[in-house]
Amino acid sequence: MIKNIFIEIGLITRFTGRFFIEVFKPRFEFNEFLRQCFYIGNKSLPLVAITAFIMGLVITMQSRPTLVEFGAQAWLPKMISVSLVREIAPVITALICAGKIGSGIGAELGSMKVTEQIDAMDVSGTNPYKFLVVTRVMATILMIPILAILADAISLYGGYLGCNIHGVVSWDLFWNQVFDTLVFADIIPSILKTFFFGFVIGIIGCYQGFNSSKGTEGVGQSANSAVVISSLLVFIIDLLAVQITDALNLN
Amino acid sequence: MANINLLHPQNTNPDENVISIHNLYKAFGDNKVINGFNFNLKRGENAVVLGKSGSGKSVLIKLIIGLMKPDDGNIEVLGSKVEQLSSSQLDEMRVKVGFLFQSNALYDSMTVRENLEFPLRRHWIKKNTSKDDINNLVLEALTNVGLPHTIDMMPSELSGGMRKRIALARTLILKPEIILYDEPTTGLDPITGKEISHLMNEIQKKYNTSSIIISHDINCVKIVANRIIMLIDGKCYATGTYDELENSSDPRVKQFFE
Repeated sequence: MIKNIFIEIGLITRFTGRFFIEVFKPRFEFNEFLRQCFYIGNKSLPLVAITAFIMGLVITMQSRPTLVEFGAQAWLPKMISVSLVREIAPVITALICAGKIGSGIGAELGSMKVTEQIDAMDVSGTNPYKFLVVTRVMATILMIPILAILADAISLYGGYLGCNIHGVVSWDLFWNQVFDTLVFADIIPSILKTFFFGFVIGIIGCYQGFNSSKGTEGVGQSANSAVVISSLLVFIIDLLAVQITDALNLN
Repeated sequence: MANINLLHPQNTNPDENVISIHNLYKAFGDNKVINGFNFNLKRGENAVVLGKSGSGKSVLIKLIIGLMKPDDGNIEVLGSKVEQLSSSQLDEMRVKVGFLFQSNALYDSMTVRENLEFPLRRHWIKKNTSKDDINNLVLEALTNVGLPHTIDMMPSELSGGMRKRIALARTLILKPEIILYDEPTTGLDPITGKEISHLMNEIQKKYNTSSIIISHDINCVKIVANRIIMLIDGKCYATGTYDELENSSDPRVKQFFE
């Protein structure tokens, strides 16, 4: 069991290492990269937007009674802006994408593997790693930070509506408080970590799909493992990110 | 007809060996799938490799195309030693060797046109090739297999026999000198299987291709085989024409023809 875990870690590391070799070598598959960006960004946006909006609204409504108890409801926009931008929006975006994009990549490549489409690509003189893996991983690295920034904005709008359910906060006052509170030390680390979230979601999805076996059962397993492993890695990266920002005194 | 030059003008010497395999070995764990296999394929020849399921027939053609590496021995394809080729040389070699997969391996997310354009765009066409030329090449390949009307359909909309023909058109579009067929009639009804077998013969005559055909469909073997190689115990156990092997007194050979 432990031996298998180490073997799997070794294989994932080798697969990841190949990414850093292939990504700088021509030929560059720009068309496929753009197609994947469109697919990953466009198809995930509605789900990310709805989730971010609900999270912003719910966090605001649930935080309000505690602040009211201390007579600090005026601090509500400040408090939610930090928690949403630093933590909730990026992590929720990453988890949604791990579920939607990671499983999609795992299932798509897994299905291509078991129906010999990856071999067909190979024998037609196309490097399948470059065409399928590099383009998808680059697309997740680029699109997940963009989705996370959009999720920040949408969740804050949800927070604004949440503030106005039991109280009255003007549009200008809300956003003034938000931007007075947020500093670059809040925004930049939270965006930087989403690049790493994007990388692990892409590479794990591709690894699971590329190594799929046992027919349709294997495709299901690939999709499932892609979600489980990439979600776990998102939390581990988040944990490391908070340790680093803490060590740099950015918290 | 598109004004595009052949990347690899075809040699027509019928005595030339286009594939030579010497002392080939491949094992998976303790299972010695290919165990000292020797074989030569002549230009313009259709050779059928006949053997039981799991006897290593598909492994053999995957070794030839470089999708797997042999444990020992060497494979020479059109004068190049496959195991010594770099990945870019292997890509060049693969342009001259078509491969028809058992599962057809059509790209699900692409239309028939995109499936056929995929290898073309990567190897064959120059930057100044017009869309009309590409379209003509695609239509020519589809007409060769009798399915020009499917050009804008998705693979999921096609029947099993149509998918096989489209896969064959995709293999043909680069005008390969050698075609490797992995069980081309498996999963097809006997009539469609017969049609595909005749189509393979037509292709051989039209383009003077040399082929290795993996099959255990005896009807297909009868139609397409110039020579049959019996793959038993990982070795070339017997070789000959259909009639020679059908009349063989060796029970291990005879059982395939009963």
